[in-house]
Amino acid sequence: MAQEQKQPRRSSEDRTAETTEAESAERKDQLDEDIDAILDEIDEVLESNAEDFVKSFIQKGGQ
Amino acid sequence: MSVRRVMGTETEFGISVQGQPTANPMVASSQVVNAYALSVLRARRARWDFEEESPLRDARGFDVSREVADPSQLTDEDLGLANVILTNGARLYVDHAHPEYSTPECTNPRDVVRWDKAGELVMQDACRFAAAVPSAAPIVLYKNNTDNKGASYGAHENYLMRRSTPFGDIVRHLTPFFVSRQVVTGAGRVGRGQDGREDDFQVSQRADYFEVEVGLETTLKRPIINTRDEPHADPERYRRLHVIIGDANLSEISGYLKVGTTSLVLSMIEDGFITRELGVEQPVRSLRAVSHDPTLKHQLTLHDGRRLTAVQLQLEYLDLARKYVEDKYGADADEQTRDVLARWESVLTRLETDPLLCARELDWVAKLTLLNRYRDRDGLEWSDAKLHLVDLQYADIRPGRGLYNKLVAMGQVERLLTDEEIAAAVHQPPPDTRAYFRGRCLEKYAERIAAASWDSVIFDLPGRDSLQRVPTIDPLRGSRAHVGELLDRCETAEQLFEALTRP
Ligand SMILES: Nc1ncnc2c1ncn2[C@@H]1O[C@H](COP(=O)(O)OP(=O)(O)OP(=O)(O)O)[C@@H](O)[C@H]1O
Ligand SMILES: [Mg+2]
Repeated sequence: MAQEQKQPRRSSEDRTAETTEAESAERKDQLDEDIDAILDEIDEVLESNAEDFVKSFIQKGGQ
Repeated sequence: MSVRRVMGTETEFGISVQGQPTANPMVASSQVVNAYALSVLRARRARWDFEEESPLRDARGFDVSREVADPSQLTDEDLGLANVILTNGARLYVDHAHPEYSTPECTNPRDVVRWDKAGELVMQDACRFAAAVPSAAPIVLYKNNTDNKGASYGAHENYLMRRSTPFGDIVRHLTPFFVSRQVVTGAGRVGRGQDGREDDFQVSQRADYFEVEVGLETTLKRPIINTRDEPHADPERYRRLHVIIGDANLSEISGYLKVGTTSLVLSMIEDGFITRELGVEQPVRSLRAVSHDPTLKHQLTLHDGRRLTAVQLQLEYLDLARKYVEDKYGADADEQTRDVLARWESVLTRLETDPLLCARELDWVAKLTLLNRYRDRDGLEWSDAKLHLVDLQYADIRPGRGLYNKLVAMGQVERLLTDEEIAAAVHQPPPDTRAYFRGRCLEKYAERIAAASWDSVIFDLPGRDSLQRVPTIDPLRGSRAHVGELLDRCETAEQLFEALTRP
């Protein structure tokens, strides 16, 4: 009885691990897609002249 | 203790005057701070009290001394740079050439993040007020730590610790923790070397600016462990550990884990719980090596010869922390302590598998993910100005322009707090430290407060020639539980002062 219970539990654990992996891969794909979709939106707010902007971002040292 | 202790953060913001790259940053910083003070602080603005705290007695929480403090004296000590205290108990001032916001004292990591994020709102408002001045050029602030041209500016953490803990123990056990914690707390940077001469991505903003292991300096030869000893509490019993190695975080989870895990490690050090040898060889070089490898494969060499990645070293600390909390509290561990442990473990586990899995939680991964997308889509090299721009603009604090804020708006970021909680913290102090007394006094009796600081509130009361200084030497006294009812009841500062000094 104890044996029987142990077996299925182990395999369901394996399955859970697989599902979690698959899910996280899926989630990551989804995230990637989202980010591709939002790059355009981010392009719209990016400072227009990257080169000038970066060059003129000069700070004094602090702590 | 647990993750809970008296703590606070300080952030020096990067500053630029739009269209005027040569504008004087000290002037611009003062404009920002002054604009906020003028627009928000009612009546007179309380000055920062630079006077050293002296009385250590703590009768009823406040040892009211009546020593004469001439107002002009304060003006002399105030270095002429803008410096004000806010109703949330925070300090807003100009530090070197940057506007700085220092949170009020908090008792837990979640509150630290809440009042730290409130600082971004304060600075957003400050910029808006400064821009309202006719003919003023817009000023934009950045919550980052470097211009990638050689200059770095800090984001500090402060932790109240027992004085009895030998400083050597702190150095010994905290150094490896600081070398490795950047995999969780880093904000990401495009560029390597202090002046960014090499084009590549790295995990941390600050790593390249640290040159020694231990020291007092903060602006040059920066040390991994800073020895500044200004406890703002009873010096016999406490020290305030001033941590300068962290990156400024936009991500709430990064900030929460930064403060939460550090506080937990400090507890273990105070309780002598860390007996494992975790010291790393050449900490300063190792710090950089970890930062320079965003794949997180770099292996650190420990004094005992073991080789561990930064994530593995963090896992060692996590393992110790789990045992420590279990030993000490068992099932009674408080909720935040358990939450910090769970999130820390979750993040470290994913960092080991694939760092990019943490894009919703950690600043450096969120930034890198965005940069990688641009590299893929537009075929950009790390030298490309656009990638450098993305790095800088990630930290632009404006809601509509900052890329971190954009990611939040697009639901790409995991949050810890609600917008409402953060907005409320702009005006309200934390309820459970002396910041409550300070903030409420500023809110209620502004016209009667001449100055204030972490350790005091100074009243200027009608009919009295001298200023009346109320020391607040104990960070945990002056809480809502302690003085809330009194503050509610006293309509005037005079009434409050009477009540506090009545024998
Ligand atoms: N007793 C204390 N223990 C721990 N943190 C404290 C204590 N008192 C104040 N703090 C926190 O320490 C920080 C002090 O900020 P402040 O900018 O004044 O620090 P500083 O590093 O001493 O000064 P500066 O940046 O001007 O050199 C705040 O975040 C505050 O909440
Ligand atoms: Mg400061």
